[in-house]
Amino acid sequence: MLLLAVDTATPAVTVALHDGTSVVAESRQVDARRHGELLLPAVDRVLAEAGLDLAAVTDLVVGVGPGPYTGLRVGLVTAATFGSVLGVPVHGLCTLDGLAYASGIEEPFVVATDARRKEVYWARYDDFRTRAGEPGVDRPADIADELSGLPVVGQGAVLYPDSFPLARGPEHQSAGALAALAAEKLAAGSEFLPPTPLYLRRPDAQVPKNYKVVTPK
Amino acid sequence: MADEPLVLGIETSCDETGVGIVRGTTLLADAVASSVDTHARFGGVVPEIASRAHLEAMVPTIERALKTAGISARDLDGIAVTAGPGLAGALLVGVSAAKAYAYALNKPLYGVNHLASHICVDQLEHGPLPEPTMALLVSGGHSSLLLAPDITADVRPMGATIDDAAGEAFDKIARVLNLGFPGGPVIDRLAKEGDPNAIAFPRGLTGSRDPVYDFSFSGLKTAVARWIEAKRTAGEEVPVRDVAASFQEAVVDVLTRKAVRACKDEGVDHLMIGGGVAANSRLRALAQERCERAGIRLRVPRPGLCTDNGAMVAALGAEMVARNRPASDLELSADSSLPVTEPHVPGEAHGHGHDHGHDHDHVHEVSKKNLYS
Ligand SMILES: [Zn+2]
Repeated sequence: MLLLAVDTATPAVTVALHDGTSVVAESRQVDARRHGELLLPAVDRVLAEAGLDLAAVTDLVVGVGPGPYTGLRVGLVTAATFGSVLGVPVHGLCTLDGLAYASGIEEPFVVATDARRKEVYWARYDDFRTRAGEPGVDRPADIADELSGLPVVGQGAVLYPDSFPLARGPEHQSAGALAALAAEKLAAGSEFLPPTPLYLRRPDAQVPKNYKVVTPK
Repeated sequence: MADEPLVLGIETSCDETGVGIVRGTTLLADAVASSVDTHARFGGVVPEIASRAHLEAMVPTIERALKTAGISARDLDGIAVTAGPGLAGALLVGVSAAKAYAYALNKPLYGVNHLASHICVDQLEHGPLPEPTMALLVSGGHSSLLLAPDITADVRPMGATIDDAAGEAFDKIARVLNLGFPGGPVIDRLAKEGDPNAIAFPRGLTGSRDPVYDFSFSGLKTAVARWIEAKRTAGEEVPVRDVAASFQEAVVDVLTRKAVRACKDEGVDHLMIGGGVAANSRLRALAQERCERAGIRLRVPRPGLCTDNGAMVAALGAEMVARNRPASDLELSADSSLPVTEPHVPGEAHGHGHDHGHDHDHVHEVSKKNLYS
């Protein structure tokens, strides 16, 4: 078994190879504006470091968000394209689950990432393997009371210390953690998400001035 | 490298997810998935909706094109993709897919220019482009006159619209006349029954001191709208067919006059016309007439190849392979304002050492008004 995991749903562009037992190689670069440029070179580097060819990959794992859309799509379309060429399955995992898994926390806690526009993507966990409910997108102040007293993992805690005073690591996503979680799930035969984005918001239906005019048929 | 390279091209600069496959100048497949219906109720392309649709359609459209072409992806000589200009988020989906595809297949990647692709597509219809080629690109997103001594390496902007694109003017006048949308085909049809000389609408930028090759359709649009309003205010019936014919004549008169002038000035004996407005029958007829009179050969691809598609990207990619142009590297960016003077984006090892953040403003093609189609 050789898993290739990618996640571009947060400012981290992260890639990892996992052989079913442990992480073989991993790359993580934090740069919210260059997902498109950084991802493929990172895949190439990780494979080279492991001395393996892409053709050896048996399963693809991709973080499906929630996350800011432009970057999120880079990982998803890359995984889908690899899946199509290699003829191997593409497994979707909630990006927040990767952060939760990496934290190793055994008690109730929260994962919160930056959703921009002064909001966070967040979900509540019973422990690092168990999410309690669907992820949401909210203003930190609106959920602070409900979540008070719980440790908060991820960049959301760093960005909004007033709402989330109990910040815990890690701050950034790691594809290694995502891959390790996927390996556990594969071994247990549990379900994955489809490799499609969790946007959580409807698109802004704003037509910028001077864009191509499109008219009803 | 192969004489007739087998190349797959991906186009996602606006609202069409296009994947084309060519062998040299022969078209093998042209698969398109459009999100146009989703945008229609907003009256224009919503970038985020376009990007979401590209992600959903990308892999299925690639697979459909391969099936239609009846080839194996392993046999491809290269993967080409629109690197710009266009909508940033939309371009990024295509560029990311192309990189993954090229990497997984271990094939060279060519990030190419959308406008140069619009010109190169004519190779699929009329064989190799003459060198140099004079090209008039007209659509809802661009109106430009380009001189291409070498479509893979040397494309020079002669002129472009300084305000509205030609296709935009058609849509706006159709709206004023309550003709519904899109405006191009309905105005073309009504104009056939009208008198093109009934009303003397202004010809933009045709004065002796105006820029010789630039276009302006904003003044024309206002003049037509005022003329119609005056009729309505006076309680008179608006002669819709005559207005349509006279308006259309004003547009195609300027387009063809300037294009032929550019050919003569540059000593180019043929003209290609591309973009969605190239489907206009009066534009084709007048261009034919004026080109014949001037001893210029006219080349216009069929309408399906004039609008945005993946085949045009594959056509330019195949030319890049045939001429041994350097491939792009895995860091290739989607560049929403890629200048028309850069037909492709070679990798760092082959770059011209220029700073990619340089000022593009001197090129009309990159004015935001001019990019999308
Ligand atoms: Zn176009």
